[in-house]
Amino acid sequence: MGKNRRDEGPGRPRLVRLMTMMVLVAVVSAAATFGVVALLMNIFERKVEARNPFFRVVELTDETDSPAIWGKNFPLQYDLYKRTTDMQRTRFGGSEAVLRMPTEADPRTEVAQSRLEADPRLKTMWAGYAFSVDFREERGHAFMLDDQTFTERQQFAKQPGTCIHCHASVYVPYKKLGNGDLMKGFEIMNQMPYAEARKLVTHPVSCIDCHDPETMSLRITRPGFLEAVKLYKNDPNYDVNTQATRQEMRSFVCGQCHVEYYFKGPEKRLTYPWFDGIKADQILAYYDEQGFKDWVHAETGAPMLKAQHPEFEMWNQGIHARSGVACADCHMPYTRVGGLKISDHHVRSPLLNINNACQKCHDFPEAEMKARAESIQANFFSMRDTAMNSLMALIDDIKAAKAAGAVDARLEAPRQAQRHASFLIDFVEAENSTGFHAPHEASRLLLLANDTIRQGQLALRETPAAAAPAATAVEPAAPATTPAAPPAMPAP
Amino acid sequence: MVGWIGTKTMGAFGVLLGLAFGSVAGVGSYTFIYAKGASYLTNDPAACANCHIMRNHFDAWAKSPHHAVAVCNDCHTPHNLFNKYLTKSLNGYHHSLAFTTGNFHEPIFITARNKAITEAACRHCHEDIVMAIDPPHAGGEAMSCIRCHKEVGHME
Repeated sequence: MGKNRRDEGPGRPRLVRLMTMMVLVAVVSAAATFGVVALLMNIFERKVEARNPFFRVVELTDETDSPAIWGKNFPLQYDLYKRTTDMQRTRFGGSEAVLRMPTEADPRTEVAQSRLEADPRLKTMWAGYAFSVDFREERGHAFMLDDQTFTERQQFAKQPGTCIHCHASVYVPYKKLGNGDLMKGFEIMNQMPYAEARKLVTHPVSCIDCHDPETMSLRITRPGFLEAVKLYKNDPNYDVNTQATRQEMRSFVCGQCHVEYYFKGPEKRLTYPWFDGIKADQILAYYDEQGFKDWVHAETGAPMLKAQHPEFEMWNQGIHARSGVACADCHMPYTRVGGLKISDHHVRSPLLNINNACQKCHDFPEAEMKARAESIQANFFSMRDTAMNSLMALIDDIKAAKAAGAVDARLEAPRQAQRHASFLIDFVEAENSTGFHAPHEASRLLLLANDTIRQGQLALRETPAAAAPAATAVEPAAPATTPAAPPAMPAP
Repeated sequence: MVGWIGTKTMGAFGVLLGLAFGSVAGVGSYTFIYAKGASYLTNDPAACANCHIMRNHFDAWAKSPHHAVAVCNDCHTPHNLFNKYLTKSLNGYHHSLAFTTGNFHEPIFITARNKAITEAACRHCHEDIVMAIDPPHAGGEAMSCIRCHKEVGHME
């Protein structure tokens, strides 16, 4: 009995203890194996990622303009490209989604905020022109075609098909229209009414607009830039697609569209006005030589010019261009996706992506980089404000003189001053960086604009008899004061 | 009878225990070899670029003025054996954690501790030249070599 107790009694608990131990060991061992295998798989995945896998799922040709098809071969880039639908503000720019009731003519439920409401002086500046009706903050690439199709400017005046050059993926449609000849298709579409040309395009800017489908290398496809880059390089035989360096191309593909332009002659031929140089006052001098005007100011009768979005021209005057930093370096910086580095096809303000955009070169904290950029922009914004006030004063003075019965001859010099100053201010106002691309150049242009306004107001104060000579003295002030330097790409 | 059960159970438990830890050890060893674990104990700069985060730095180093005279460890680890391997294990832990989870700041920045090691490494070789411009008193703020000479090791 005693023996039995000793042998059987403790026997069962020992078995239970053993079983418990076994279960515990199994659990610990399973957890450890689980962890190690998970790590092993992670290391495996990282190694695979580093091999830069490329799977050719579909065949891309020079006719493939749908980005979704390219996206099958390049899913990472495509995924980033699709994110340009974001609407995020920076301190001075960017868009925020403003809800609106869709109408039959304009089915958009969201638009960017109105710049005209934010600064009503713009309405006066552009009085009589389509931009005084509807002008909004820029949105991402994904919206370029819709925002152009549905802007109220379309109702204000019939727009030509030329506009589509930069608001849609036109490479394939141009070639189809020209029976394989890009330039011919371009010329035909320029002369179509916008609504008709609009039917020929489907996508906003797409892969094929910047990339060769065979090699994926960067390629210029826009006829406007293909022609104008010869002026930029001061070489009539320059062929951008064979002669430009890779780093140049990383800016040129953006410069295809982010430029000042006008529609030349009755053919409405899209032209980048770089014949005398690419600075604002050199472009102004060219427009004066051509006697070109965009519209007549509704309140003063001045022959006006509208500047578009000269990011490329302004960037060229700044320290980043001088240092060989391309558009893509800040707006499409290399980003890591798993073990791969690809250029960020989510094109956006560098201020929304400071670590990748700035810190690759600038060894300072994010907050410091943001503060630097915003201090440049705040200074610019203040100068722009001053210049806008001066322009309003000049417009008021011309209106008052007109109301008092001043004849056209007497208003000639003040009107020229308004034309020049308005263009110079518009140039840096339309430029989409709030002065950042070239702070000194922007300041110079605004100061030049203010001096031009001052001379216009002085001319108004002259007695009618003395007005005529004053007019000739004032008119060429803006273009003549700057040396015409040939535009040149700085050495990278 | 009972004793026999006990012995058999103990034996089976021992085998299972051995299997359990053996398989962990086996998978662990394979992982260690697959991940080139041993290379991290060496001085070979290629080991630092095993994970591709350091690839650009490695490439830049190969083209830098120092590539003929210094490898990664000469500038990024202290010059005594204990501290060297302490630093290697600290960095190894932080780097593998960051790389595995993917949770790290890009572009990567050097930490204060590692920067101090590098500054000390500059002086290890160049002391004769720079002692004259270092602060003469203890506690004085030292000048940073790599603030200006940031490209000597690797530009990126």
